Amino acid sequence: MGNLFVICEIEEGKIADVSLELLTKGRSLANDLSCKLEAVVLGHQLKGIEKQVFPFGVDVLHVADSKDLDIYTTLPFTAVIVDLFKQEKPEICLLGATTLGRDLGPRISSALQSGLTADCTSLEIGDHEDKKAGKNYKNLLYQIRPAFGGNIVATIINPDCRPQMATVREGVMKMEIYNESHKGKVKTIEVDKILKPEDLVVKVIERHMEKSKVNIKNSSIIVAGGYGMGSREGFNQLFQLAEVLSAEVGASRAAVDAGYADHERQIGQTGVTVRPKLYIACGISGQIQHTAGMEESAMIIAINNDSNAPINKIADYVINGEVNDIVAKLIKLYKKNSK
Amino acid sequence: MGLKIIVLAKQVPDTRNVGKDAMKADGTVNRAALAAIFNPEDLNALEQALRLKDRYPGSEITILTMGPGRAADIIREGLYRGADKGYLLTDRAFAGSDTLATSYAIACAIRKIKNFDLIVAGRQAIDGDTAQVGPQVAEKLHLPQITYAQEVKSAENGKITVVRRLERGVETVEAPLPCVITVNSSAPDCRPRNAKRVMKYKHAKTVTESQAQSEDYIDLSTDRPYLNIEEWSVNDIETDMKWLGLGGSPTKVKKIENVVFQAKESKRITNNEEELEAMIVELIENHTIG
Ligand SMILES: Cc1cc2nc3c(=O)[nH]c(=O)nc-3n(C[C@H](O)[C@H](O)[C@H](O)COP(=O)(O)OP(=O)(O)OC[C@H]3O[C@@H](n4cnc5c(N)ncnc54)[C@H](O)[C@@H]3O)c2cc1C
Ligand SMILES: Nc1ncnc2c1ncn2[C@@H]1O[C@H](COP(=O)(O)O)[C@@H](O)[C@H]1O
Repeated sequence: MGNLFVICEIEEGKIADVSLELLTKGRSLANDLSCKLEAVVLGHQLKGIEKQVFPFGVDVLHVADSKDLDIYTTLPFTAVIVDLFKQEKPEICLLGATTLGRDLGPRISSALQSGLTADCTSLEIGDHEDKKAGKNYKNLLYQIRPAFGGNIVATIINPDCRPQMATVREGVMKMEIYNESHKGKVKTIEVDKILKPEDLVVKVIERHMEKSKVNIKNSSIIVAGGYGMGSREGFNQLFQLAEVLSAEVGASRAAVDAGYADHERQIGQTGVTVRPKLYIACGISGQIQHTAGMEESAMIIAINNDSNAPINKIADYVINGEVNDIVAKLIKLYKKNSK
Repeated sequence: MGLKIIVLAKQVPDTRNVGKDAMKADGTVNRAALAAIFNPEDLNALEQALRLKDRYPGSEITILTMGPGRAADIIREGLYRGADKGYLLTDRAFAGSDTLATSYAIACAIRKIKNFDLIVAGRQAIDGDTAQVGPQVAEKLHLPQITYAQEVKSAENGKITVVRRLERGVETVEAPLPCVITVNSSAPDCRPRNAKRVMKYKHAKTVTESQAQSEDYIDLSTDRPYLNIEEWSVNDIETDMKWLGLGGSPTKVKKIENVVFQAKESKRITNNEEELEAMIVELIENHTIG
């Protein structure tokens, strides 16, 4: 049996959180399967990069270091990975459901004629019996994901083709060091032998990347606002509550679409997944696509003028009334009671 | 210099309004139970193609869609908004396709259409949200791809320049033609139907649709060839059956579950200061805040 591979992304020399989350998940799946966890990093000037991944339990790190891989473009990344996978024959390949992963993943799966499941929210190992064909499969990857706009949850399997490929959004899996002193092996990929001139025809001529300003994923308290905040000004009141609570501000998609908040604050199925200690949902109805990204919060307070809003079903405290009025009172009362 | 542009457009169930009978027992979608719409980002894709046509006179836009017979609606909608012609790829052999089998069938159809400079797809379809078919088609045709396109800056002298909208910024890239681009919802909305074009194309039909009609219509379409929507079955394109449909799909649906909320016991609080203050004090005391 082949091993489990994680394609890692790097941002300014640092392995991206989503990749470390996948390594954490990958390590535990590899243990279930009694196989090795291998990782691939592509980029330029990657000396020492193994130090970042070995603590997550990586047994083998494949490094592709080349000027041609400095900025991501589809074709050379595909060529390098397809070449590697043809030799290594991985059992499973995981990658982040990022703009990079969603560009690269389908390309690799198409080249290798293998299945790919996008945006999984859970990954497990399990068996499968195909009654029609009279076949039994052991230890398949269950790729569990919401489907149909989040209204159902589907378990997808890939019985016959390898690798079994899946993408996962940032924040969905937990990140955990496996063993600080775990040591793996580094293998160097000879990029120059793989790339052909036709792999280098797409050129990036301009790039403006912003550093992420918000860090809702790692915040222990989140004040999130929805369409019920009524306006951008109304929404901005949440920043005051967040400030006194040392919280971060999140948003529903309807609030983002209405221009009340930036996209990077969006929580839910097509945003980030969060599990803070406290989640205060202000003027959010609680559609399934939103709750998918926050229902694991330890405590939920819902503020809504509709006493039957779906969010109330998963809330620990339901506050019924005008949101702007209640938020103003919460700010005042918190200041009064905290020392 | 006109461009030959193929727009990939899909008819999708309106997942924003899903009922109970949306899924069949075998885990595939019961399309009949849902309103069918033009996939939203495919409209963004069509608009980018239309802008290129405005800019490069003599350009021609062909809509390619794979789906059941009623997906001919997608082609008519495209014609109303400015596309020039369309192909409907429809056959029972395609049923149950996952993204890989879909992209294989579409790539085979594109090989048959043959003459093209640019393929424009939507970033993703709202029934699966996978965003895979565009890149998979590109790989099968050995073409470069530009995903997350927000604006096509130019497409001339054998080159295309595209602004991509990424998670944390924007990027301008240049690729040789022909290539595949996939368009984001951050790109401009599609222009509405044009009344004159609706008049012109409202009787556009596939062979199957015409046969179901009275003979007048058949006469009409022999008279006016632009009213023919080409319909291709598996026999009209060159394929290897083993890559098609359910059998050609590596991914299988093992299980489908409806999402049910576990309702929690919640404390109900009304909007008055005493109750709110009691809650705040409780949260401070159990160290949730503060
Ligand atoms: C494929 C797909 C993916 C999606 N992904 C996401 C996602 O990642 N994240 C996400 O959030 N959504 C997502 N959505 C959208 C989701 O379905 C909902 O449309 C969205 O979450 C609704 O946002 P909302 O609750 O802010 O707005 P609404 O549903 O409009 O709710 C507003 C709420 O505010 C309350 N309210 C109004 N005025 C007041 C007031 N003055 N005081 C108090 N309460 C008030 C109302 O009673 C209501 O409950 C997705 C949808 C689809 C189809
Ligand atoms: N059956 C189809 N017919 C035509 N185009 C399709 C079809 N399926 C997918 N596409 C195109 O591929 C894009 C991505 O689809 P998906 O991978 O399903 O999210 C869509 O926005 C369409 O442009």
